[in-house]
Amino acid sequence: MALEFSVQAKQRIERLLTQYPNKQAALLPVLHLAQDEFGYLPDEALNLVAETLQLPAAHVFGVITFYTMFHREKSGRNELMVCTNVSCMLRGGYDILHHIEGRLGIKAGESTPDGCFHLVEEECLAACANAPMMICGDRYHLDLTPAKVDTVLDDLRKRWQERAKQLPVGQAPETTNTGVGPHRKF
Amino acid sequence: MVEEAKGVKIVTRNFGVPDSHKLATYRARGGWEAFKKATAMAPTDIVEEVKKSNLRGRGGAGFPTGLKWSFVPKEARTVYLVVNADESEPGTCKDRELLAYDPHLLIEGMAIASYAIRCQHAYIYIRGEMMREAKIVQAAIDEAYAAGLLGASVPVPGGGTFRFDVTLHRGAGAYICGEETALLNSLEGKRGWPRLKPPFPAVKGLFQQATVVNNVETLMNIPAIIDKGSAWFAGLGMGKSGGTRIVCVSGHVAKPGVFELPMGITFKELIYDVCGGIPGGRKFKGLIPGGTSMPPLDASEIDVPIEFDALTSDARIKDVEVKAGVPFDMGNGRRLKTMAGSGGIVVFDETTDVVALCARIMRFYAHESCGQCTPCREGTGWLARVCTRLAVGQGHAGDVDLMGTVANGIAGNTICALGEAAAWPMMGFLTKFRADFEAKLAASTATTMTAPARQVAS
Repeated sequence: MALEFSVQAKQRIERLLTQYPNKQAALLPVLHLAQDEFGYLPDEALNLVAETLQLPAAHVFGVITFYTMFHREKSGRNELMVCTNVSCMLRGGYDILHHIEGRLGIKAGESTPDGCFHLVEEECLAACANAPMMICGDRYHLDLTPAKVDTVLDDLRKRWQERAKQLPVGQAPETTNTGVGPHRKF
Repeated sequence: MVEEAKGVKIVTRNFGVPDSHKLATYRARGGWEAFKKATAMAPTDIVEEVKKSNLRGRGGAGFPTGLKWSFVPKEARTVYLVVNADESEPGTCKDRELLAYDPHLLIEGMAIASYAIRCQHAYIYIRGEMMREAKIVQAAIDEAYAAGLLGASVPVPGGGTFRFDVTLHRGAGAYICGEETALLNSLEGKRGWPRLKPPFPAVKGLFQQATVVNNVETLMNIPAIIDKGSAWFAGLGMGKSGGTRIVCVSGHVAKPGVFELPMGITFKELIYDVCGGIPGGRKFKGLIPGGTSMPPLDASEIDVPIEFDALTSDARIKDVEVKAGVPFDMGNGRRLKTMAGSGGIVVFDETTDVVALCARIMRFYAHESCGQCTPCREGTGWLARVCTRLAVGQGHAGDVDLMGTVANGIAGNTICALGEAAAWPMMGFLTKFRADFEAKLAASTATTMTAPARQVAS
């Protein structure tokens, strides 16, 4: 099945192209856009991006597979990025990761069968002063404890299920993380 | 410590102010006044002023910023300014907070820098994972456009106009894109592979044009330098390093955080006076002084100031060794102590399994090696595997020296500094905490897998 960008996405791509001297430079932003639109980047999306920017599909493939944030396979909508690098490791980052693995019954790198969560063991996410931490969408969850993690997971699942109820059967809801969360005060 | 610098806040001056990320707040607190002052000056005078301020790059290498700007050829037609906001050095969390709290200070710094180097279009390369910050910075850029501070005809004193556009560009998850030439390749829509230098970006950078790549914090110092003068800025600092320094302290301290401090403060004062010491009354064991790519310091070396040159040359810091008694040669007989790096300070106490910690660092660099150069691609994997097997109590005889040899084989033999970023801390940990590694090796026949080691291995 050939994919198409939505009208809004096409307009955004037009605008993007005015910001760079050549089309290739818009590749990363267009890939982000495609992933937002289709959820992941299967071959059809890869070809669509290549056609849109007049690039060889092989080049686009090389770029997608180089960067960790582009997904070739469908994954859970709430991506939990848990840091286990040194600052977090020293303050229990692995305990948090293993706690989540236990709670969700999946390993890092896997998605829950219902498609609600995707768990990733991440490298340093630049919030070391508030270790251990994780990111979900554009929301930072800082100074984590297992109890805090449970609250976050319960809340995300509840909101996700509420969204799912309003959708036609078989259709998974979008991620629920759009609000800018509370942040550490100085 | 320079007394005048105590309590001085330059880049964090708007932290804690409500709505500090909004243009109205920024302007009410004196924002964009420095730009007016700068555009009344000749561009070359601004470069001179920045040179005299002793401002050094805050991304890690500490290269003098004014000097970098002066490398842009006079005959260059198109000049680009690229802001490196791809903060991903483990232990570093300053740029993320700076972007979230004061994006307009960055934009003003960029505008002044662009006027000085005759750049008309600047790009901010922000790390892909920082979605929240990307939204905040984009909103700030939109506000600045709406207010006429950016765009096709920004008015400057004397009646002229200045064309200046800013584009925010999101990365997609690759540590190597913090390396400036890899960043440029990534910005051009390619894989983030570092380029051979020379040609340096100042001559041939983004889209093959003259380019200056600066760190977020570096550019955020520029408005204050123009506003208060290079003498004031240089006077705050120490030796050849002007201004203040942002550090991010994490790990085993009572009060971790991001702090703007005088250059002359020592690590000891930082840990015990600023960060409240080590929790639980435990003893200090060591620290990583500037992101995990820098060799660590042990308890006997923390009376040294956090300043750039002190860390590379202070006699109290031991030389990093390849193996016991054989110092590492950086070329021409130069010895390696450590470096100030990105300001990410990770403190660890006496309960820490140093070998497991080192194995985690090595696993990071093995994962992030771009795969272009053989010594780094293969060597980082070796270091990660050997260090991990030692950490989990399955070391082989000779493993400790093997790691030093492999690290020595990587350093200096790669296109970019990721090779050193893995090799230096490896040799540094072996030099400072050799007893820990030897003990692991001695115990390797027994089944002595500590909990942290098991976690890293799993």
